[in-house]
Amino acid sequence: MKSTARAFKANVDRALVDTNLQQSLAMLKVGFSERRRQAVERLPEFEALRDRARDIKNHTLAHLDYYLETFETKVKGLGGHVHWAPTAEDARDIVLRLCREAGAKTVAKSKSMITEEIALNDHLEAHGIEPVETDLGEYIIQLRNEAPSHIIAPAVHLTKDQVADTFLEHHARHGFTRRLTERNDLVAEARQILRQRFQDADVGITGANFLVAETGSSMLVTNEGNADLSNTLPRMHIVIASIEKVIPTLEDAGTLLRVLARSATGQEWSSYTTFNTGPKREGDLDGPESYHVVLLDNGRSSVLGTEMQDILRCIRCGACMNHCPVYGAIGGHAYGWVYPGPLGAVLTPQLIGVEEAGNLPNASTFCGRCESVCPVRIPLPKLMRHWREREFERHLTPSTVRQGLSLWAFFARRPTLYRLATRVANAALSLFGRAEGHYRALPLAGGWTTHRDLPAPPPGGTFMAQWKARGGASR
Amino acid sequence: MALFVTCLVDMFRPGVGFAAVKLLEDAGCRVVVPDAQTCCGQPAYNSGDRFDAREVARGVIAAFEGFDYVVVPSGSCGGMIKHHYAGLFEDEPAMKARAEALASRTFELTSFLVDVLGVTKLDARCDARVAYHDSCSGLRELGVKTQPRTLLDSVTGVSIAELPGAEICCGFGGTFCVKYPDISNAMLDDKMAEIDASGADTLLAGDMGCLLNMAGKLSREGRTVKVRHVAEVLAGMGDEPAIGALPATEAAR
Amino acid sequence: MSAREQMLGAIRRSLRRGELPAVSRAVVDARLREHPVNIVPRRTEGSDADRVAQFEHWAAFHHASVARVDVAGVPGAVADYLKTNNLPARVAMAPDPDLDRYDWPSAPMLEIRRGKPVDADPVAVTGAFAGIAETGTLVFASGPDHPTSLNLLPETHVVVLREADVVGPIEDVFVRLRARYGEGRMPRTVNTVTGPSRTGDIEQQLELGAHGPRRMHILLVRD
Repeated sequence: MKSTARAFKANVDRALVDTNLQQSLAMLKVGFSERRRQAVERLPEFEALRDRARDIKNHTLAHLDYYLETFETKVKGLGGHVHWAPTAEDARDIVLRLCREAGAKTVAKSKSMITEEIALNDHLEAHGIEPVETDLGEYIIQLRNEAPSHIIAPAVHLTKDQVADTFLEHHARHGFTRRLTERNDLVAEARQILRQRFQDADVGITGANFLVAETGSSMLVTNEGNADLSNTLPRMHIVIASIEKVIPTLEDAGTLLRVLARSATGQEWSSYTTFNTGPKREGDLDGPESYHVVLLDNGRSSVLGTEMQDILRCIRCGACMNHCPVYGAIGGHAYGWVYPGPLGAVLTPQLIGVEEAGNLPNASTFCGRCESVCPVRIPLPKLMRHWREREFERHLTPSTVRQGLSLWAFFARRPTLYRLATRVANAALSLFGRAEGHYRALPLAGGWTTHRDLPAPPPGGTFMAQWKARGGASR
Repeated sequence: MALFVTCLVDMFRPGVGFAAVKLLEDAGCRVVVPDAQTCCGQPAYNSGDRFDAREVARGVIAAFEGFDYVVVPSGSCGGMIKHHYAGLFEDEPAMKARAEALASRTFELTSFLVDVLGVTKLDARCDARVAYHDSCSGLRELGVKTQPRTLLDSVTGVSIAELPGAEICCGFGGTFCVKYPDISNAMLDDKMAEIDASGADTLLAGDMGCLLNMAGKLSREGRTVKVRHVAEVLAGMGDEPAIGALPATEAAR
Repeated sequence: MSAREQMLGAIRRSLRRGELPAVSRAVVDARLREHPVNIVPRRTEGSDADRVAQFEHWAAFHHASVARVDVAGVPGAVADYLKTNNLPARVAMAPDPDLDRYDWPSAPMLEIRRGKPVDADPVAVTGAFAGIAETGTLVFASGPDHPTSLNLLPETHVVVLREADVVGPIEDVFVRLRARYGEGRMPRTVNTVTGPSRTGDIEQQLELGAHGPRRMHILLVRD
C-alpha cells in the first residue's frame, strides 16, 4: 500500500470535513469502548490476564528464534510447508509462486493486515490472479477500491447508505439490481455472492492471530466465519504471518484469546476461533490438500532488543484506536498507511521510515488512554515519545520548534532570568487582555487562537511575584 | 512541605497557587515555595528533547530537595516528576536516586489532601453545578479520580454533573494543541457538546493546561460556562472571576 | 545464506546472542512439554450442574438457543426445532458414530443424509468435541466423522452436545485434545464456535449469518 503519511495534515483536513466519516466516528467513539468496558466488568481476572498476556509475549520474544524453529518443525512434521520471507517482496513472490503452482485463478482472502502491509492484492492482480476479500468490511472496501480504516473494522468509516450504493453499483453484474436499505439485506446479498466466490476459489489466503509452537497450529479469530471457509473449501491454504505471532503453547493461546476478544469487540469470545494444523488428513472429507505458512520479517527482527521492542507484543485488537481521541477525530485513513491509531503511530515509522511518517507519533496528546486499555500493556505513549526523540536527534523536528525549545530551555534552566521573563510576559498579557479577559488573536499564537481564545492572566502579577511580595516562605 | 506552583499557574492563574496554599495550610501544613522553580520540563521531554528536559529536571530536583512532601496543583507536572524524571538519568545513578527520592515525595494536590492527609471535608461554599474533567495525566498516571470529587462533595452548594466522557482528553496535550490545532479543536468540540448536555454552569479540572484550552474554546463560542481550577472552589475562592473572564476591576466599570 | 538463516540470524543479532544456549533451551522445552496453565477465570469453578447451567447461560448470551433433552428425546427435539422455525427437515448429518446412539428413525419426518454438506443443504446436525462453559462455546474437531464444512455451510446448525462433554474453561479442552490426539498433536482443524456467525461491519450493528450459520441450536443431552 502506498503511503500518504507524509501528507498527514492534508489527510486530517479532509477527514475533519467528511460528514459521512464523522457520522461513523461518532458511533465508533462510544460503541467500542462501552462494549469493552462491559466485557471487562464481567471478568474480575481481566487485569491479571493482561499481565500474563504481556509476560507470555515478552517470554516469546526473548526466545523468538527457537519458537519459530519449533513451530516450523511441527508444521513440517504434519506435511505442511514453512516459507521464510525477510522482506515484503519476498513474501509476495512466495505467495505468487504458490498460487501459480496451484493453478489459481481466484483466491479467497480472509481479512489480514499483513497482506495489506505487503500489498499482496495488487501483486496478485498484476499477475492475473483475482484476490477476493471475504470479510464483509474488507469486501466492501475492496469494491470501493479503498484501504481499511481500522484493523478490525475495515469499513467502519462508511455509513449503511454508502454500502448500499456500493453494492448497487457492483452487484448488478451478479444479477442483483435493487438498492437495498436494510442492513440484514445487505449482509445477505454479500453472503450469497461471496459463497459462490468461496466455492470457486483455488487458494485460500489468511493471516494468523497466533502461531502455536507446541502444535504447529495457526490460529484465526473472526466473527463471520469467513476465515474458516477460506481454509476449508479451497485446495490450498496459505497462512501469512509476521514472526512475532508465534506463541509457545495452547494454554498461552487461551490467555491471549481471553484478552483479545474483550479488548477488540467487547466479546467474551469471538464467534469463530480456529486452530488449523497442517493440510487435510487421511480420511478427512474436506480441508485443503496443501498447507503453507509464510513467515514474514519485514523489519521486525530489527525492532527486537531496542527501546521499541514492546510494540512486538501487539496482538492487533484495535483497542488503542477505539479509545484514541485523535483516531476518533480523524479516522484511520488520515494516518496514511496500513496501521492507524496509536499502534500505527509507533509501527508505521518503523516499517516505512520516520521521514515519511514523522507526523504520526507527534499527533498524540499522550493522554494515555491507549496504554490503559492495551491487552498486552504496550506503553504506547512512551514509544511515540521515543520516535520524537529520534526525530529530534536526527534534526527532523521543524527548526522553529527546535529554536523555540532552546529559547524556552535557556530560561527554564535559569530561575532568576525566568522570573524576570515571566514577570514581563505576565504583565503584558494581563495588561492588554484586561478589557476582555482573553485574547481572540495574538502574534505567534495562531496555533492556539485559530479555534480558541487565550485567557488573559488576571492583574496582580505572577504567583511567584505575589508570593514574594507577601513575604511567603521560599525555603 | 513545598509547593511546585507550575509554570502555567504562575503565569496565567496565580490564584490557583494561593488556593493550594490555603488548602494546605488549613490542613496544618507549613508551605514553602522554593524560589528556584521554573517548569517541570515537559515541553522539551514531550518534544523529544531529552537533553533540555534533563537539564530542567536537574534544576527542579535540586530546588525541591529537603522537603517532606512536594505538592503540585497539576496531574500533568506531578506525573512528569513522579513517573518520568528517573528515566532521564539512566546514565547518572546518583541523579537517578535523587529523582526517585523526589518522585516518592511528590503528590498531586487533591490526592495529597485526601490520600496523604486524610482530608475529606472542607469548609467552603460555592453555589454551582459543576462538571469535573479528569485530566489525563492525573487520572492515568497518578490515579486522581475520586479525590477531587470527594472534596467537592463536601463544598456547600456544589452539585456534580458527571460528563460521560470525563476521562477523554480535551485536546490540549501541551504542544499538540498548537501543532495540530484542527485535531485539537475536533476533540474540544466533543467536550463542548458534553458540557452543554450536562447542564453544568461551571467546569472544573485539576490542570491549568486543560483548563486554558477548554476555557478558550468556551469563550470563543460565547458560552457562559465558568471555568476554574478545582483548587479555587475547594479553597472557597469560587467567586473570583473565572478563567478568561473579565477581571473584577474591569467588570465593575 | 538461505532466507531462513538470514531471518534467524537477524533475530539472534538483535537479541545479542547466538543460538539459544542449551540451558535456556531446556527451560523452553520444559515449558512446551509441561504447557503450564496460566490464569483460569474463577467463573468456571463449581459443580457439574453449575457448569452446564453456565454453558447454557453464555450460549444464549451469544444468540444460540439451547434445549435440554434426554437421549431418547434428541431426534424429536431436532424435528421439533426445525418445524417450529419453519425450516426444511432435510438434514446433513455428520458421519459421527457418536450420533448413532440416538434413535433417528423415531423422528421419521427427518430426511437425513450422512456426510459432508453441499452448499444447498439447509440444516447441519453434528455432535461436538466439547462445550466450554466459560463462554458458551462449542468445540468441533475435524476428522472423517466430522467434516469442518458442516459447521459452516448450512444456514442452520443443530448441535448435539452431551452434558458430560461440557468443560469449564478452554484449558480443559486442551487436556481432552491431548488425551485424544496425543501430546503436541491436533486434528486438522479445531473450530471453537460461539453462537451463530455474525458481523458488525456495517455501522457497527450486529447482524447474524454473515458467512456461517444464521441459527445455532444446541441440544444438551443428559446421559
